Amino acid sequence: MSGSCESGGSGLSGEAGEAVAAAHRAHWAGVLAATVRITRDLDTAEECVQDAYAQALRTWPSAGIPDHPGAWLRTVAGNRARDLLRRESVWRRAMPLLVEEATATAPDPQDAAEPPAVADDTLRLVFTCCHPALSREARVALTLRLVCGLSTAEVARAFLVQESTMAARITRAKKKIAAARIPYRVPTAADLPERLAAVCDVVHLVFTTGSNAPVGERLIREDLVASAIGLARTLHRLLPVAEPAGLLALLLLIDARRATRTADTGVPVLLEDQDRSLWDRALIAEGTDLLTEALRGGPPTRYAVQAAIAAVHAEAPTFEATDWTEIVALYDVLLGLWPSPVVELNRAVAIGMRDGPRAGLVALDALAADAALATYRYLSAARADFLRRLGQWPEAATAYEEALLLTDNEPERAYLAMRLATISFKRTQAGE
Amino acid sequence: MAKYMLLIYGDEQRWENLSPVEQAEIDAGHVAFQKRAGDRILASGQLEPSSTATTVRAGDGDAPAVTDGPFLETKEVVGGFYLVEAADLDEAVALSRELAEVRHDHSGVEITPLVQHG
Repeated sequence: MSGSCESGGSGLSGEAGEAVAAAHRAHWAGVLAATVRITRDLDTAEECVQDAYAQALRTWPSAGIPDHPGAWLRTVAGNRARDLLRRESVWRRAMPLLVEEATATAPDPQDAAEPPAVADDTLRLVFTCCHPALSREARVALTLRLVCGLSTAEVARAFLVQESTMAARITRAKKKIAAARIPYRVPTAADLPERLAAVCDVVHLVFTTGSNAPVGERLIREDLVASAIGLARTLHRLLPVAEPAGLLALLLLIDARRATRTADTGVPVLLEDQDRSLWDRALIAEGTDLLTEALRGGPPTRYAVQAAIAAVHAEAPTFEATDWTEIVALYDVLLGLWPSPVVELNRAVAIGMRDGPRAGLVALDALAADAALATYRYLSAARADFLRRLGQWPEAATAYEEALLLTDNEPERAYLAMRLATISFKRTQAGE
Repeated sequence: MAKYMLLIYGDEQRWENLSPVEQAEIDAGHVAFQKRAGDRILASGQLEPSSTATTVRAGDGDAPAVTDGPFLETKEVVGGFYLVEAADLDEAVALSRELAEVRHDHSGVEITPLVQHG
Protein backbone atom coordinates (compact mmCIF):
# COMPACT_ATOMS: atom_id res chain seq x y z
CA MET A 1 0.00 0.00 0.00
CA SER A 2 1.34 3.35 -0.96
CA GLY A 3 2.32 5.59 1.90
CA SER A 4 0.70 8.50 0.10
CA CYS A 5 -2.66 7.31 1.27
CA GLU A 6 -2.00 7.24 4.98
CA SER A 7 -3.84 10.52 5.24
CA GLY A 8 -6.91 8.71 3.98
CA GLY A 9 -7.21 7.16 7.41
CA SER A 10 -9.09 3.91 7.65
CA GLY A 11 -8.26 0.58 6.05
CA LEU A 12 -7.78 0.54 2.30
CA SER A 13 -8.01 -3.14 1.63
CA GLY A 14 -10.22 -4.53 -1.09
CA GLU A 15 -10.87 -3.40 -4.62
CA ALA A 16 -12.60 -0.16 -3.67
CA GLY A 17 -9.87 0.72 -1.17
CA GLU A 18 -7.24 0.20 -3.80
CA ALA A 19 -9.22 2.30 -6.26
CA VAL A 20 -9.29 5.13 -3.69
CA ALA A 21 -5.54 4.76 -3.19
CA ALA A 22 -4.97 4.85 -6.95
CA ALA A 23 -7.25 7.87 -7.28
CA HIS A 24 -5.26 9.53 -4.53
CA ARG A 25 -2.04 9.09 -6.47
CA ALA A 26 -3.51 10.04 -9.82
CA HIS A 27 -5.96 12.80 -9.00
CA TRP A 28 -5.08 14.47 -5.69
CA ALA A 29 -3.43 17.52 -7.26
CA GLY A 30 -6.04 17.90 -9.99
CA VAL A 31 -8.96 17.65 -7.57
CA LEU A 32 -7.32 20.09 -5.15
CA ALA A 33 -6.50 22.53 -7.94
CA ALA A 34 -10.08 22.45 -9.24
CA THR A 35 -11.42 22.96 -5.72
CA VAL A 36 -9.10 25.91 -5.06
CA ARG A 37 -10.74 27.60 -8.05
CA ILE A 38 -14.00 27.52 -6.09
CA THR A 39 -12.82 28.23 -2.54
CA ARG A 40 -9.85 30.42 -3.51
CA ASP A 41 -8.42 29.38 -0.16
CA LEU A 42 -5.96 26.52 0.16
CA ASP A 43 -6.92 25.34 3.63
CA THR A 44 -10.62 25.13 2.86
CA ALA A 45 -9.94 23.44 -0.47
CA GLU A 46 -7.77 20.85 1.25
CA GLU A 47 -10.51 20.07 3.76
CA CYS A 48 -13.08 19.64 1.00
CA VAL A 49 -10.78 17.32 -0.95
CA GLN A 50 -10.05 15.23 2.14
CA ASP A 51 -13.79 15.00 2.73
CA ALA A 52 -14.29 13.83 -0.85
CA TYR A 53 -11.71 11.05 -0.46
CA ALA A 54 -13.25 10.06 2.88
CA GLN A 55 -16.64 9.86 1.18
CA ALA A 56 -15.15 7.72 -1.59
CA LEU A 57 -13.85 5.32 1.07
CA ARG A 58 -17.32 5.10 2.60
CA THR A 59 -19.40 4.78 -0.57
CA TRP A 60 -17.30 3.08 -3.25
CA PRO A 61 -17.29 -0.34 -1.50
CA SER A 62 -21.12 -0.50 -1.69
CA ALA A 63 -22.01 1.80 -4.59
CA GLY A 64 -19.19 0.63 -6.83
CA ILE A 65 -16.17 2.41 -8.27
CA PRO A 66 -17.20 5.27 -10.58
CA ASP A 67 -16.12 5.17 -14.22
CA HIS A 68 -14.23 8.44 -13.83
CA PRO A 69 -12.92 8.58 -10.25
CA GLY A 70 -11.20 11.93 -10.80
CA ALA A 71 -14.38 13.60 -12.07
CA TRP A 72 -16.37 12.00 -9.22
CA LEU A 73 -13.95 13.36 -6.63
CA ARG A 74 -13.89 16.81 -8.26
CA THR A 75 -17.68 16.99 -8.18
CA VAL A 76 -17.97 15.87 -4.55
CA ALA A 77 -15.17 18.20 -3.37
CA GLY A 78 -16.63 21.05 -5.43
CA ASN A 79 -20.13 20.56 -4.02
CA ARG A 80 -18.72 20.49 -0.52
CA ALA A 81 -16.81 23.71 -1.24
CA ARG A 82 -19.90 25.50 -2.58
CA ASP A 83 -21.84 24.25 0.41
CA LEU A 84 -19.27 25.68 2.78
CA LEU A 85 -19.17 28.98 0.94
CA ARG A 86 -22.95 29.34 1.13
CA ARG A 87 -23.03 28.54 4.82
CA GLU A 88 -20.04 30.60 5.76
CA SER A 89 -20.35 33.65 3.59
CA VAL A 90 -19.52 35.80 6.61
CA TRP A 91 -16.37 33.83 7.18
CA ARG A 92 -15.54 34.18 3.52
CA ARG A 93 -15.72 37.95 3.63
CA ALA A 94 -13.39 37.99 6.60
CA MET A 95 -10.71 35.81 5.02
CA PRO A 96 -8.02 37.00 2.66
CA LEU A 97 -8.59 35.01 -0.49
CA LEU A 98 -6.22 33.31 -2.82
CA VAL A 99 -6.05 35.62 -5.78
CA GLU A 100 -7.05 34.32 -9.14
CA GLU A 101 -6.42 36.17 -12.36
CA ALA A 102 -9.53 37.88 -13.66
CA THR A 103 -9.93 35.74 -16.77
CA ALA A 104 -9.87 32.52 -14.80
CA THR A 105 -13.08 32.91 -12.85
CA ALA A 106 -14.08 29.35 -12.26
CA PRO A 107 -17.02 28.19 -14.32
CA ASP A 108 -19.50 26.19 -12.34
CA PRO A 109 -18.63 22.59 -13.22
CA GLN A 110 -22.33 21.76 -13.24
CA ASP A 111 -22.82 24.19 -16.11
CA ALA A 112 -19.70 23.18 -17.97
CA ALA A 113 -19.76 20.25 -20.35
CA GLU A 114 -16.06 19.52 -19.77
CA PRO A 115 -14.19 19.56 -16.48
CA PRO A 116 -11.57 22.31 -16.31
CA ALA A 117 -8.20 21.48 -17.86
CA VAL A 118 -6.72 19.45 -15.03
CA ALA A 119 -3.11 19.73 -16.10
CA ASP A 120 -3.30 23.48 -16.37
CA ASP A 121 -5.01 23.77 -13.00
CA THR A 122 -2.33 21.58 -11.47
CA LEU A 123 0.37 23.72 -13.01
CA ARG A 124 -1.15 26.83 -11.43
CA LEU A 125 -1.05 25.06 -8.11
CA VAL A 126 2.60 24.14 -8.67
CA PHE A 127 3.52 27.72 -9.55
CA THR A 128 1.64 28.97 -6.49
CA CYS A 129 3.54 26.55 -4.24
CA CYS A 130 6.85 27.48 -5.91
CA HIS A 131 6.45 31.26 -5.86
CA PRO A 132 9.86 32.87 -5.38
CA ALA A 133 8.47 34.91 -2.47
CA LEU A 134 8.34 31.68 -0.45
CA SER A 135 11.43 30.11 1.06
CA ARG A 136 12.89 27.18 -0.80
CA GLU A 137 12.05 24.87 2.10
CA ALA A 138 8.46 26.08 2.09
CA ARG A 139 8.19 25.58 -1.67
CA VAL A 140 9.23 21.95 -1.51
CA ALA A 141 7.10 21.24 1.55
CA LEU A 142 4.01 22.83 0.00
CA THR A 143 4.50 21.03 -3.30
CA LEU A 144 4.81 17.68 -1.55
CA ARG A 145 1.78 18.43 0.62
CA LEU A 146 -0.55 20.11 -1.85
CA VAL A 147 0.51 18.84 -5.26
CA CYS A 148 1.76 15.35 -4.39
CA GLY A 149 -0.79 14.80 -1.62
CA LEU A 150 1.66 13.66 1.05
CA SER A 151 0.53 13.94 4.65
CA THR A 152 2.32 16.46 6.84
CA ALA A 153 3.85 13.53 8.75
CA GLU A 154 5.32 12.13 5.53
CA VAL A 155 6.71 15.49 4.45
CA ALA A 156 8.28 15.85 7.90
CA ARG A 157 9.85 12.40 7.56
CA ALA A 158 11.29 13.26 4.16
CA PHE A 159 12.98 16.33 5.69
CA LEU A 160 14.06 14.69 8.95
CA VAL A 161 12.16 17.20 11.08
CA GLN A 162 9.45 16.85 13.71
CA GLU A 163 5.89 16.73 12.43
CA SER A 164 5.02 19.79 14.53
CA THR A 165 7.90 21.72 12.97
CA MET A 166 6.74 20.81 9.48
CA ALA A 167 3.11 21.62 10.30
CA ALA A 168 4.19 25.07 11.49
CA ARG A 169 6.29 25.58 8.35
CA ILE A 170 3.40 24.65 6.06
CA THR A 171 0.96 26.84 8.01
CA ARG A 172 3.34 29.80 7.77
CA ALA A 173 3.71 29.33 4.04
CA LYS A 174 -0.06 29.11 3.53
CA LYS A 175 -0.54 32.22 5.64
CA LYS A 176 1.94 34.09 3.49
CA ILE A 177 0.17 32.97 0.32
CA ALA A 178 -3.10 34.33 1.69
CA ALA A 179 -1.84 37.50 3.41
CA ALA A 180 0.58 38.64 0.73
CA ARG A 181 -1.87 37.54 -1.97
CA ILE A 182 0.40 35.27 -3.90
CA PRO A 183 -1.67 34.73 -7.04
CA TYR A 184 -2.93 31.35 -8.21
CA ARG A 185 -1.58 31.71 -11.72
CA VAL A 186 0.93 30.48 -14.25
CA PRO A 187 3.27 33.48 -14.55
CA THR A 188 3.55 35.61 -17.65
CA ALA A 189 6.41 35.16 -20.11
CA ALA A 190 8.40 37.95 -18.45
CA ASP A 191 8.34 36.24 -15.06
CA LEU A 192 8.87 32.78 -16.41
CA PRO A 193 12.65 32.36 -16.24
CA GLU A 194 12.78 33.09 -12.51
CA ARG A 195 9.63 31.12 -11.66
CA LEU A 196 10.47 28.18 -13.86
CA ALA A 197 13.84 27.77 -12.17
CA ALA A 198 12.13 27.51 -8.77
CA VAL A 199 9.57 25.01 -10.08
CA CYS A 200 12.19 22.82 -11.78
CA ASP A 201 14.25 22.91 -8.59
CA VAL A 202 11.30 21.66 -6.55
CA VAL A 203 10.33 18.94 -9.04
CA HIS A 204 13.94 17.75 -9.06
CA LEU A 205 14.00 17.68 -5.24
CA VAL A 206 10.75 15.69 -5.13
CA PHE A 207 12.34 13.19 -7.54
CA THR A 208 15.60 13.03 -5.56
CA THR A 209 13.68 12.50 -2.33
CA GLY A 210 11.75 9.70 -4.04
CA SER A 211 14.60 7.96 -5.78
CA ASN A 212 16.93 7.93 -2.77
CA ALA A 213 14.61 8.15 0.21
CA PRO A 214 16.63 9.72 3.06
CA VAL A 215 14.75 7.66 5.64
CA GLY A 216 12.49 4.67 5.78
CA GLU A 217 12.25 1.06 4.84
CA ARG A 218 12.48 1.41 1.08
CA LEU A 219 15.23 2.91 -1.06
CA ILE A 220 12.81 4.17 -3.68
CA ARG A 221 9.52 5.93 -3.03
CA GLU A 222 7.70 5.14 -6.28
CA ASP A 223 4.85 7.53 -5.48
CA LEU A 224 7.24 10.51 -5.26
CA VAL A 225 9.13 9.43 -8.37
CA ALA A 226 5.86 9.16 -10.28
CA SER A 227 4.66 12.54 -9.00
CA ALA A 228 7.91 14.22 -10.02
CA ILE A 229 7.91 12.68 -13.50
CA GLY A 230 4.24 13.58 -13.94
CA LEU A 231 4.96 17.19 -12.98
CA ALA A 232 7.99 17.35 -15.27
CA ARG A 233 5.89 16.00 -18.17
CA THR A 234 3.18 18.59 -17.52
CA LEU A 235 5.77 21.36 -17.35
CA HIS A 236 7.40 20.26 -20.57
CA ARG A 237 4.09 19.89 -22.40
CA LEU A 238 2.90 23.34 -21.40
CA LEU A 239 6.24 25.14 -21.53
CA PRO A 240 8.35 23.51 -24.23
CA VAL A 241 11.56 25.37 -23.45
CA ALA A 242 15.04 24.06 -22.63
CA GLU A 243 14.82 23.85 -18.85
CA PRO A 244 11.81 21.51 -18.52
CA ALA A 245 13.11 19.45 -21.46
CA GLY A 246 16.44 18.95 -19.67
CA LEU A 247 14.73 18.19 -16.38
CA LEU A 248 12.40 15.60 -17.89
CA ALA A 249 15.33 14.05 -19.80
CA LEU A 250 17.26 13.73 -16.54
CA LEU A 251 14.38 12.15 -14.62
CA LEU A 252 13.61 9.63 -17.38
CA LEU A 253 17.25 8.63 -17.89
CA ILE A 254 17.66 7.97 -14.18
CA ASP A 255 14.28 6.30 -13.82
CA ALA A 256 15.14 3.96 -16.71
CA ARG A 257 17.45 2.15 -14.26
CA ARG A 258 14.89 1.85 -11.47
CA ALA A 259 14.17 -1.88 -11.84
CA THR A 260 17.85 -2.73 -11.39
CA ARG A 261 18.65 -0.35 -8.55
CA THR A 262 17.48 -2.69 -5.83
CA ALA A 263 17.78 -6.43 -5.33
CA ASP A 264 14.73 -8.60 -4.52
CA THR A 265 15.62 -8.10 -0.87
CA GLY A 266 15.33 -4.33 -1.30
CA VAL A 267 19.06 -3.76 -0.84
CA PRO A 268 20.61 -1.24 -3.27
CA VAL A 269 22.61 -2.59 -6.22
CA LEU A 270 25.56 -0.45 -7.31
CA LEU A 271 25.74 0.82 -10.87
CA GLU A 272 28.57 -1.59 -11.68
CA ASP A 273 26.51 -4.60 -10.57
CA GLN A 274 23.26 -3.62 -12.28
CA ASP A 275 21.85 -5.82 -15.06
CA ARG A 276 21.97 -3.39 -17.97
CA SER A 277 19.75 -5.60 -20.12
CA LEU A 278 16.90 -4.68 -17.77
CA TRP A 279 17.27 -0.93 -18.21
CA ASP A 280 14.18 0.58 -19.80
CA ARG A 281 15.29 1.25 -23.39
CA ALA A 282 12.13 3.16 -24.27
CA LEU A 283 12.70 5.62 -21.42
CA ILE A 284 16.36 5.96 -22.39
CA ALA A 285 15.40 6.73 -26.00
CA GLU A 286 12.82 9.28 -24.88
CA GLY A 287 15.28 10.85 -22.45
CA THR A 288 18.00 11.06 -25.10
CA ASP A 289 15.63 12.76 -27.56
CA LEU A 290 14.61 15.25 -24.89
CA LEU A 291 18.26 15.88 -24.10
CA THR A 292 18.91 16.75 -27.76
CA GLU A 293 15.93 19.10 -27.60
CA ALA A 294 17.24 20.68 -24.39
CA LEU A 295 20.67 21.30 -25.91
CA ARG A 296 19.33 22.78 -29.15
CA GLY A 297 20.07 26.49 -29.27
CA GLY A 298 21.42 28.29 -26.24
CA PRO A 299 23.80 27.31 -23.48
CA PRO A 300 23.02 24.11 -21.56
CA THR A 301 21.06 24.24 -18.32
CA ARG A 302 22.25 22.30 -15.31
CA TYR A 303 19.55 19.69 -15.84
CA ALA A 304 20.70 19.13 -19.42
CA VAL A 305 24.27 18.58 -18.22
CA GLN A 306 23.10 16.17 -15.52
CA ALA A 307 20.98 14.41 -18.13
CA ALA A 308 24.03 14.19 -20.40
CA ILE A 309 25.92 12.43 -17.58
CA ALA A 310 23.03 10.00 -17.11
CA ALA A 311 23.00 9.44 -20.89
CA VAL A 312 26.70 8.50 -20.92
CA HIS A 313 25.94 5.84 -18.30
CA ALA A 314 22.86 4.69 -20.20
CA GLU A 315 24.80 4.27 -23.43
CA ALA A 316 27.76 2.36 -21.97
CA PRO A 317 27.32 -1.33 -22.84
CA THR A 318 29.16 -2.36 -19.66
CA PHE A 319 30.34 -0.62 -16.52
CA GLU A 320 33.94 -1.12 -17.63
CA ALA A 321 33.20 0.57 -20.95
CA THR A 322 31.88 3.74 -19.25
CA ASP A 323 33.45 6.89 -20.68
CA TRP A 324 34.68 8.35 -17.37
CA THR A 325 36.77 11.00 -19.14
CA GLU A 326 33.57 12.35 -20.69
CA ILE A 327 31.78 12.15 -17.35
CA VAL A 328 34.52 14.07 -15.50
CA ALA A 329 34.42 16.73 -18.23
CA LEU A 330 30.63 17.01 -17.87
CA TYR A 331 30.98 17.37 -14.09
CA ASP A 332 33.45 20.21 -14.71
CA VAL A 333 30.79 21.97 -16.83
CA LEU A 334 28.15 21.23 -14.19
CA LEU A 335 30.29 22.73 -11.41
CA GLY A 336 30.45 25.97 -13.42
CA LEU A 337 26.65 26.08 -13.76
CA TRP A 338 25.72 24.74 -10.35
CA PRO A 339 28.53 24.87 -7.79
CA SER A 340 27.53 22.52 -5.00
CA PRO A 341 29.31 20.18 -2.60
CA VAL A 342 27.31 17.22 -3.89
CA VAL A 343 28.46 17.89 -7.46
CA GLU A 344 32.06 18.13 -6.16
CA LEU A 345 31.60 14.75 -4.50
CA ASN A 346 30.27 13.13 -7.67
CA ARG A 347 33.11 14.64 -9.68
CA ALA A 348 35.63 13.23 -7.20
CA VAL A 349 34.08 9.77 -7.56
CA ALA A 350 34.24 10.05 -11.35
CA ILE A 351 37.94 10.99 -11.12
CA GLY A 352 38.51 7.86 -9.05
CA MET A 353 36.79 5.80 -11.73
CA ARG A 354 38.89 7.42 -14.46
CA ASP A 355 42.29 7.47 -12.71
CA GLY A 356 41.97 4.72 -10.11
CA PRO A 357 40.90 4.51 -6.47
CA ARG A 358 44.00 6.24 -5.11
CA ALA A 359 43.31 9.35 -7.21
CA GLY A 360 39.68 9.12 -6.12
CA LEU A 361 40.69 9.17 -2.45
CA VAL A 362 42.89 12.23 -3.00
CA ALA A 363 39.96 14.00 -4.67
CA LEU A 364 37.62 13.00 -1.86
CA ASP A 365 40.05 14.04 0.88
CA ALA A 366 40.12 17.52 -0.66
CA LEU A 367 36.39 17.73 0.18
CA ALA A 368 36.65 16.47 3.76
CA ALA A 369 36.89 20.01 5.15
CA ASP A 370 33.58 21.03 3.56
CA ALA A 371 31.12 21.42 6.43
CA ALA A 372 28.16 20.68 4.17
CA LEU A 373 29.58 17.24 3.42
CA ALA A 374 30.80 16.43 6.92
CA THR A 375 27.67 14.49 7.75
CA TYR A 376 26.73 13.51 4.19
CA ARG A 377 26.30 9.75 4.12
CA TYR A 378 27.58 9.38 0.54
CA LEU A 379 31.01 10.94 1.25
CA SER A 380 31.89 8.24 3.79
CA ALA A 381 30.38 5.59 1.53
CA ALA A 382 32.45 6.77 -1.44
CA ARG A 383 35.67 6.77 0.63
CA ALA A 384 34.83 3.31 1.93
CA ASP A 385 34.36 2.03 -1.61
CA PHE A 386 37.73 3.34 -2.85
CA LEU A 387 39.50 1.97 0.26
CA ARG A 388 37.84 -1.39 -0.32
CA ARG A 389 39.04 -1.41 -3.93
CA LEU A 390 42.57 -0.75 -2.66
CA GLY A 391 42.29 -3.60 -0.14
CA GLN A 392 42.88 -1.23 2.79
CA TRP A 393 40.54 -3.23 5.01
CA PRO A 394 40.84 -1.49 8.41
CA GLU A 395 40.42 2.00 6.89
CA ALA A 396 37.58 0.80 4.69
CA ALA A 397 35.84 -0.74 7.70
CA THR A 398 36.07 2.56 9.61
CA ALA A 399 34.62 4.46 6.64
CA TYR A 400 31.73 1.97 6.30
CA GLU A 401 31.02 2.31 10.02
CA GLU A 402 30.91 6.10 9.59
CA ALA A 403 28.52 5.83 6.66
CA LEU A 404 26.31 3.45 8.68
CA LEU A 405 26.03 6.01 11.46
CA LEU A 406 24.90 8.67 9.00
CA THR A 407 22.29 6.58 7.17
CA ASP A 408 18.64 6.41 8.18
CA ASN A 409 17.45 4.50 5.14
CA GLU A 410 17.04 0.80 5.99
CA PRO A 411 18.05 -0.75 2.62
CA GLU A 412 21.13 1.47 2.49
CA ARG A 413 22.05 0.41 6.01
CA ALA A 414 21.66 -3.22 5.02
CA TYR A 415 23.93 -2.69 2.02
CA LEU A 416 26.64 -0.96 4.07
CA ALA A 417 26.40 -3.62 6.81
CA MET A 418 26.83 -6.32 4.15
CA ARG A 419 29.98 -4.63 2.83
CA LEU A 420 31.32 -4.25 6.36
CA ALA A 421 30.74 -7.96 7.05
CA THR A 422 32.56 -8.91 3.82
CA ILE A 423 35.51 -6.79 4.88
CA SER A 424 35.66 -8.34 8.34
CA PHE A 425 35.76 -11.72 6.62
CA LYS A 426 38.63 -10.60 4.36
CA ARG A 427 40.51 -9.19 7.34
CA THR A 428 40.18 -12.53 9.11
CA GLN A 429 41.40 -14.30 5.98
CA ALA A 430 44.36 -11.95 5.74
CA GLY A 431 45.14 -12.69 9.37
CA GLU A 432 44.71 -9.06 10.47
CA MET B 1 -7.27 45.05 -4.16
CA ALA B 2 -4.80 44.72 -1.32
CA LYS B 3 -2.54 47.30 0.24
CA TYR B 4 1.22 46.87 0.40
CA MET B 5 3.88 48.83 2.22
CA LEU B 6 7.01 49.16 0.10
CA LEU B 7 9.97 50.09 2.27
CA ILE B 8 13.11 51.13 0.43
CA TYR B 9 16.19 50.02 2.34
CA GLY B 10 19.78 50.84 1.59
CA ASP B 11 23.26 51.60 2.88
CA GLU B 12 22.97 55.14 4.18
CA GLN B 13 26.63 56.02 3.56
CA ARG B 14 26.36 54.94 -0.06
CA TRP B 15 23.19 56.97 -0.49
CA GLU B 16 24.92 60.05 0.88
CA ASN B 17 27.74 59.67 -1.63
CA LEU B 18 25.81 58.97 -4.82
CA SER B 19 27.29 60.32 -8.03
CA PRO B 20 25.08 62.67 -10.06
CA VAL B 21 24.56 59.84 -12.58
CA GLU B 22 23.39 57.42 -9.88
CA GLN B 23 21.15 60.08 -8.38
CA ALA B 24 19.57 60.74 -11.77
CA GLU B 25 18.99 57.01 -12.26
CA ILE B 26 17.23 56.76 -8.93
CA ASP B 27 15.09 59.80 -9.67
CA ALA B 28 14.14 58.33 -13.04
CA GLY B 29 13.11 55.12 -11.27
CA HIS B 30 10.75 57.01 -9.00
CA VAL B 31 9.26 58.90 -11.91
CA ALA B 32 8.64 55.62 -13.74
CA PHE B 33 7.18 54.07 -10.58
CA GLN B 34 4.79 56.95 -9.99
CA LYS B 35 3.73 57.02 -13.63
CA ARG B 36 2.97 53.32 -13.59
CA ALA B 37 1.28 53.17 -10.19
CA GLY B 38 -0.71 56.39 -10.66
CA ASP B 39 -3.44 56.91 -8.10
CA ARG B 40 -2.82 53.51 -6.57
CA ILE B 41 -0.11 55.24 -4.52
CA LEU B 42 -1.93 56.02 -1.28
CA ALA B 43 1.03 57.65 0.43
CA SER B 44 4.73 58.03 -0.15
CA GLY B 45 7.72 59.86 1.18
CA GLN B 46 11.46 60.15 1.40
CA LEU B 47 12.92 60.03 4.90
CA GLU B 48 15.51 62.39 6.35
CA PRO B 49 18.80 60.67 7.36
CA SER B 50 18.49 58.17 10.20
CA SER B 51 20.54 60.54 12.40
CA THR B 52 17.38 62.63 12.62
CA ALA B 53 15.35 59.69 13.93
CA THR B 54 14.05 59.45 17.49
CA THR B 55 13.10 56.19 19.17
CA VAL B 56 10.62 55.77 22.01
CA ARG B 57 10.73 52.43 23.77
CA ALA B 58 10.63 50.80 27.18
CA GLY B 59 13.41 52.19 29.38
CA ASP B 60 14.75 51.36 32.84
CA GLY B 61 12.04 53.23 34.72
CA ASP B 62 8.28 53.20 34.42
CA ALA B 63 8.06 55.74 31.65
CA PRO B 64 9.17 54.88 28.12
CA ALA B 65 12.60 56.26 27.31
CA VAL B 66 13.16 58.63 24.43
CA THR B 67 16.50 58.18 22.68
CA ASP B 68 18.10 59.59 19.60
CA GLY B 69 18.76 57.43 16.57
CA PRO B 70 16.87 54.70 14.75
CA PHE B 71 15.32 51.61 16.36
CA LEU B 72 18.09 49.33 15.16
CA GLU B 73 21.73 50.24 14.65
CA THR B 74 22.43 48.93 11.15
CA LYS B 75 24.08 50.17 8.01
CA GLU B 76 20.88 49.60 6.03
CA VAL B 77 18.11 52.01 6.90
CA VAL B 78 14.73 52.88 5.47
CA GLY B 79 15.22 55.75 3.07
CA GLY B 80 11.70 56.07 1.75
CA PHE B 81 8.40 54.32 1.32
CA TYR B 82 5.32 53.89 -0.79
CA LEU B 83 1.94 52.70 0.37
CA VAL B 84 0.27 51.25 -2.72
CA GLU B 85 -2.77 49.30 -3.79
CA ALA B 86 -2.16 46.25 -5.95
CA ALA B 87 -4.19 43.24 -7.01
CA ASP B 88 -1.65 40.76 -5.75
CA LEU B 89 1.95 40.26 -4.74
CA ASP B 90 3.13 39.80 -8.33
CA GLU B 91 1.78 43.24 -9.23
CA ALA B 92 3.45 44.82 -6.19
CA VAL B 93 6.73 43.12 -7.16
CA ALA B 94 6.38 44.30 -10.76
CA LEU B 95 5.85 47.89 -9.55
CA SER B 96 8.90 47.73 -7.30
CA ARG B 97 11.02 46.70 -10.27
CA GLU B 98 10.65 50.24 -11.63
CA LEU B 99 12.75 51.51 -8.75
CA ALA B 100 16.48 51.78 -9.40
CA GLU B 101 17.13 50.84 -5.76
CA VAL B 102 16.27 47.22 -6.54
CA ARG B 103 19.13 47.03 -9.04
CA HIS B 104 21.88 48.32 -6.75
CA ASP B 105 23.91 45.92 -4.66
CA HIS B 106 23.44 47.83 -1.42
CA SER B 107 19.73 48.54 -1.48
CA GLY B 108 16.40 46.84 -1.99
CA VAL B 109 12.68 47.08 -1.45
CA GLU B 110 10.78 45.17 1.23
CA ILE B 111 7.14 44.50 0.38
CA THR B 112 4.78 43.74 3.24
CA PRO B 113 1.01 43.36 2.92
CA LEU B 114 -1.18 45.37 5.25
CA VAL B 115 -3.67 43.44 7.33
CA GLN B 116 -7.05 43.60 5.66
CA HIS B 117 -9.96 44.35 7.96
CA GLY B 118 -13.46 43.24 7.08
